[in-house]
Amino acid sequence: MLLTLLAIAAVAVVRLRDLFAVVMLAGIYSLITAAIFVVLDAADVAFTEAAVGAGIATVLMLATLALTGRWEAKPRHRPLLPLIVVTITGAALIWGTTDMPHFADPAAPIHQHVAPRYIEEGPKEVGVPNMVTAILASYRGYDTLGEVIVIFTAGVGVLSLLGLRRRRSSAADASPSTPPTTSEEPPR
Amino acid sequence: MFAAACLGILVVMALALVRASLPGNVYDRILAINMFGTKTVLFIAAYGFLTERPDFLDIALTYALINFIGIIAVLKLVERVAGTASPETDE
Repeated sequence: MLLTLLAIAAVAVVRLRDLFAVVMLAGIYSLITAAIFVVLDAADVAFTEAAVGAGIATVLMLATLALTGRWEAKPRHRPLLPLIVVTITGAALIWGTTDMPHFADPAAPIHQHVAPRYIEEGPKEVGVPNMVTAILASYRGYDTLGEVIVIFTAGVGVLSLLGLRRRRSSAADASPSTPPTTSEEPPR
Repeated sequence: MFAAACLGILVVMALALVRASLPGNVYDRILAINMFGTKTVLFIAAYGFLTERPDFLDIALTYALINFIGIIAVLKLVERVAGTASPETDE
């Protein structure tokens, strides 16, 4: 049922030309995904999905809309060839999932490689009671550091773009001959 | 009874989704996503009690906070975005 809602939201996102509605529907999509994660018992992933997908991403997309414009241009190409390529790729991926182990199979390779060592030795080696925190902050410390750097870079990029725009429009406000712009709030 | 509540919430979620995807006013859409967030909170809470794990209630509360902050941010930004004209009047 939730997956059906997810599919409806995805189709609506593709079909609509009003980008504001698309952003709203993308937020709804993230909320459905988060609900599915909760149903699948992955609460921390669901938190991340709700905070990033429904919260931050929606706000960032709306900020982008404020800079660009609200309506999507008409597509100039025929959708037939990309549709065929995507269908073939999707069919190949679905065919590939038939080789995967069953859901929650304890004999799956992912549960045999390093996971037992993390579970058994983790509390002794790291000393953090929460297993996920121990793996993320200690065993995969460099990985997490790289992710933080990526997110920091993206945030700095977005902030510099938005800040440039705001400074220019406030400069336009200051000069007397230009028409008034809408941004009258003080810079944050 | 919790199962019936979950089903009802899912139906209302579908209705909100339809409202958000139909053409309409900007504020209808904002109201739709706000209501959808509320329904997600309710669904997680009801599902937690359905599967006898009341600790899902904490997750639902956090969702409510995220939803509230998100809607405030959306409304603040909408003032700037919503005024732009549609392509029919543009071109």
